[in-house]
Amino acid sequence: MTERSVKFKCSNVWKLFGAGADTFLGRYPSPTEQDIQREGLIAGVQNASFEIAEGEIFVVMGLSGSGKSTLLRCMSRLIMPTSGAINIDGVDLLDISERQLIELRRHKMGMVFQHFALLPHLTVLGNVAFPLEIQNTGTDERTRRTLEMIELVGLKGRENYYPHELSGGQQQRVGIARSLAVNPEVWFLDEPFSALDPLIRREMQNELLRLQSLLRKTIVFITHDFDEAIRLADRIAIMKAGKVIQIGTPEELVLAPADEYVREFTSEIPRAKVLSVASVMSEPSGDELHGADIFPHSRIESVAPEVISRDRAMAVLDDSGKVVGRLEPGHIIPVLAGIDNQIV
Amino acid sequence: MSEAVADVPQMSRTCFFRSGIFIWSVFVALAILITVYQDLWPWAMKYPRGWVIPLKGWISDFMSWLINDLDFGVFTFKEMTRSVSWVLSWPLTFVNNLLVEGFAFSTDPGAEAVLPPLPWIAVVGLFVLAGIAIKDWGLGLLVGACILYLAIFGRWESAMVTLSAIFIAVPLGIGAGLGIGILAFKFAGVKRLIIPVLDLMQTVPVFAYLVPILFLFGFGPVAAMIATMIYATPPMVRIAILSLEQVPDDRVEYGEMAGCTPKQLLWKVQIPSARSGLMIGVNQVIMLSLNMVIIASMIGAGGLGFDVLSSLKRLAIGSGLEAGIAITLLAITLDRLSQAYSKRPPPAHLEHDTYRARRQKMIYLAATMVVVTWVASFFIPAIRTYPESWQLTTAGFWGDLVKWINVNYFDQLEAFKTVLLVNVLIPTKRFLLATPWIVVVAFVGLLGYRLGGVRLSLLAIALALFIVVTGGWKKAMITVYLCGISVLIAALIGIPIGIWSARNERVHRVVQVCVDTLQTLPSFVYLIPVVMLFRVGDFAAMIAVVVYAVAPAIRYTDHGIRQIPIHLVEASTALGCTRWQILKRVQLPIALPEIMLGINQTIMMALSMLVITALVGTRDLGQEVYIALTKADTGRGIVAGVSVAFIAIISDRLITAWVKRKRAMLGES
Ligand SMILES: Nc1ncnc2c1ncn2[C@@H]1O[C@H](COP(=O)(O)OP(=O)(O)OP(=O)(O)O)[C@@H](O)[C@H]1O
Ligand SMILES: [Mg+2]
Repeated sequence: MTERSVKFKCSNVWKLFGAGADTFLGRYPSPTEQDIQREGLIAGVQNASFEIAEGEIFVVMGLSGSGKSTLLRCMSRLIMPTSGAINIDGVDLLDISERQLIELRRHKMGMVFQHFALLPHLTVLGNVAFPLEIQNTGTDERTRRTLEMIELVGLKGRENYYPHELSGGQQQRVGIARSLAVNPEVWFLDEPFSALDPLIRREMQNELLRLQSLLRKTIVFITHDFDEAIRLADRIAIMKAGKVIQIGTPEELVLAPADEYVREFTSEIPRAKVLSVASVMSEPSGDELHGADIFPHSRIESVAPEVISRDRAMAVLDDSGKVVGRLEPGHIIPVLAGIDNQIV
Repeated sequence: MSEAVADVPQMSRTCFFRSGIFIWSVFVALAILITVYQDLWPWAMKYPRGWVIPLKGWISDFMSWLINDLDFGVFTFKEMTRSVSWVLSWPLTFVNNLLVEGFAFSTDPGAEAVLPPLPWIAVVGLFVLAGIAIKDWGLGLLVGACILYLAIFGRWESAMVTLSAIFIAVPLGIGAGLGIGILAFKFAGVKRLIIPVLDLMQTVPVFAYLVPILFLFGFGPVAAMIATMIYATPPMVRIAILSLEQVPDDRVEYGEMAGCTPKQLLWKVQIPSARSGLMIGVNQVIMLSLNMVIIASMIGAGGLGFDVLSSLKRLAIGSGLEAGIAITLLAITLDRLSQAYSKRPPPAHLEHDTYRARRQKMIYLAATMVVVTWVASFFIPAIRTYPESWQLTTAGFWGDLVKWINVNYFDQLEAFKTVLLVNVLIPTKRFLLATPWIVVVAFVGLLGYRLGGVRLSLLAIALALFIVVTGGWKKAMITVYLCGISVLIAALIGIPIGIWSARNERVHRVVQVCVDTLQTLPSFVYLIPVVMLFRVGDFAAMIAVVVYAVAPAIRYTDHGIRQIPIHLVEASTALGCTRWQILKRVQLPIALPEIMLGINQTIMMALSMLVITALVGTRDLGQEVYIALTKADTGRGIVAGVSVAFIAIISDRLITAWVKRKRAMLGES
């Protein structure tokens, strides 16, 4: 991953629910699980700290109830964290006035919801135009932008449909279009595809990747589906009972899970989807076959057909075309079979 | 499976009795002891007159102080209220001129109208168009026919007077209800304050606040309209709060994330999302307003209510019935129109373009029709007012019918009445009147304790004691007896019908229509046939109350049985239960809480109807309120009214507590 500037930053964010939550951290500066339980509180988020780079897809994942939505709601200031700091472009979200927050949301943030949350009394056109309308964008600009967004998500021709006349996938496209209408910089998506059936979900994931390649937003994406996470993520944060347990690229999580919980998550995943060529290649010895674009950061899954069908050692090249490694079928077959960690 | 389900409530019931049986026997023993040795403590039998707190007097004095003495310096309190009624009189006069009087443009009350009112043809036509625009030709024709009835049977003017009051009271009521609802929704403090006020307002019988309104706003259509608003607003407030609270969280969060200001969030996200709920409130306001406009004829509303009232007083059954039917048809018209409006299917894209064109066309059509008929009405009197020679009346027919029934079936009706009176009504009344007040108060207290703990017990005792110390005990007991027997009979009729309707689709459809119609009718209407057949007295009152209050018993029973998950019934069938066993051992026990909620509703409706039946001569709290109204005695009316409200609240809280316990036992939340 190339170095990019920090767009979004959470430092020591806590969110506790229950009576006395506000004063709790004053009484217990570094509380244990027992402290929280004894006080009868529910920990939504515990001491979360991380940075998100500009243009990154940052996926938060964890089981149901692990605090993903709570974390996202803190990040978007829909709820006030119990303590901590949340920075967007260096501005502390917890420190600004109501008016400033509204301005920030109107221009910098967009959010997509699990159950779409479309306004049922408005058409597709009305829903997508809504965020522009409330900030009094001029009619011409609003219409232009709205139609552009509807076309972008592939709903052209359905401008006058009402939400209840659309399928789930189409509704979520409206949700996406309207959240992008104001051209936000940070884009929050809370399990946007969980309510869709698997085929549509896959299609929407591709759609998201397509949009991201065009728009380059900073994305915070929530899911409880590890498959989805590795398809989309630059980095993944894994949450359990309100705590962020590990943050890393999909490969890092698979290769070095921080604990049993993370290992459990990653164990079901075909490792070839996650591991890169760099993790299995050996030193080049000069007799490798050139001709295929195999890079150290390529996922094994994507190069496997080539390597196996040629049945020869292949050269691994860096961006400048220099040979940096050697990849043999023997390197990748254990990975494809899911037995590489037993051999190594 | 069915065994387990059926056994849960049964087992708990025995537990309840086992632990309760001792306490209750002690209670009964003490009660008997107190009653038998009543000479030792006469005050426990009959609350001494000297101990009565003269609350009535205080309220009346306060009222007259408000009216006569309160002075804000620049203006007096009375001037203030009178100017409110002056302001409100403007729109009312306008609509009244439009529909009834015509515009005279002169302050001289005797002046000829320069501009005639809207011709009857135009009004009928507008209703037809409204029906078509909202739903379809069927609705248009139905409401058109209903309105036409008013013209044909010579009720036009009265009906238009009533309608103009509705036209002003309804928007005001909706606006006020929505406004208060929004405040309560936004500020928890306001909500905490407003909910008990709503509870009280919805249980105090309407007659009770007619008196203070009479004082504050004078006699006449405006005062009647204010009473109407006060009566019709509380449900709108409740519905507004509820439907705003029910807007899905994520939709509100979306609004916030889109950068809505709190105001935009309310008007562009929350209120549009709550639309369907709010529309139910609108329908409620319309129906309650109609009901109240009729009742408010007692303080000068005029119109159809006045026709019914004066016919009842003269025992002119025929014309009373005709006016009653007119009210009913008006009610059905307004109900169907507003229901159709609130249940309109969500818009679809296909209609998007045609929709506007259609609406445009409708508006042109309506405008053209009004202008054409109105201009024509200058030249053709038959268009201006429905010609008298075309009018029909059935008053004679109804009079003859009643005569015929009374001649031919007098003995049967009388026997029926006597049997019930002698065997049920009078003994119950004697029993209740002979029970020392202290025993009754202790009874509700103990019941409250057993069902809901100390707080409920204290509440029940406090409310009951209020009735005792303000000196209304005897009349309250008559209210309780009339209400109790009516509810019992209503339950005996309603629950079996509800069960039948739950188990048979065809019956269900018929019952649905009947219940809907019953609930549409303004309470006044029920008095007419009852007086026709049974004249006046407790018995007539009881019949009117039963008919009025039976609807919720049917509806809730039906619903309670229908909502039982089908797999429970299927499982029991698979176990070989007969239909009867399923009903007795599975469906009824599970539906019981729901049925009790229906009975609770029945009690509330019975109490409100009881006050109105004071018109046919009962001697209960209703009569007290009614006398207060005729004597313009504020304190007496309010105290009696609040007593009725307290009876309602006690029974409501006890039943609700019982239902809660029962539901907890059944494992529902
Ligand atoms: N307003 C609240 N009051 C009390 N507890 C809450 C509140 N909101 C969330 N919680 C609790 O915080 C914890 C985390 O909830 P959260 O909704 O963030 O989970 P999640 O990871 O998003 O789960 P899901 O996948 O089901 O959406 C849960 O135990 C939940 O019960
Ligand atoms: Mg969630």
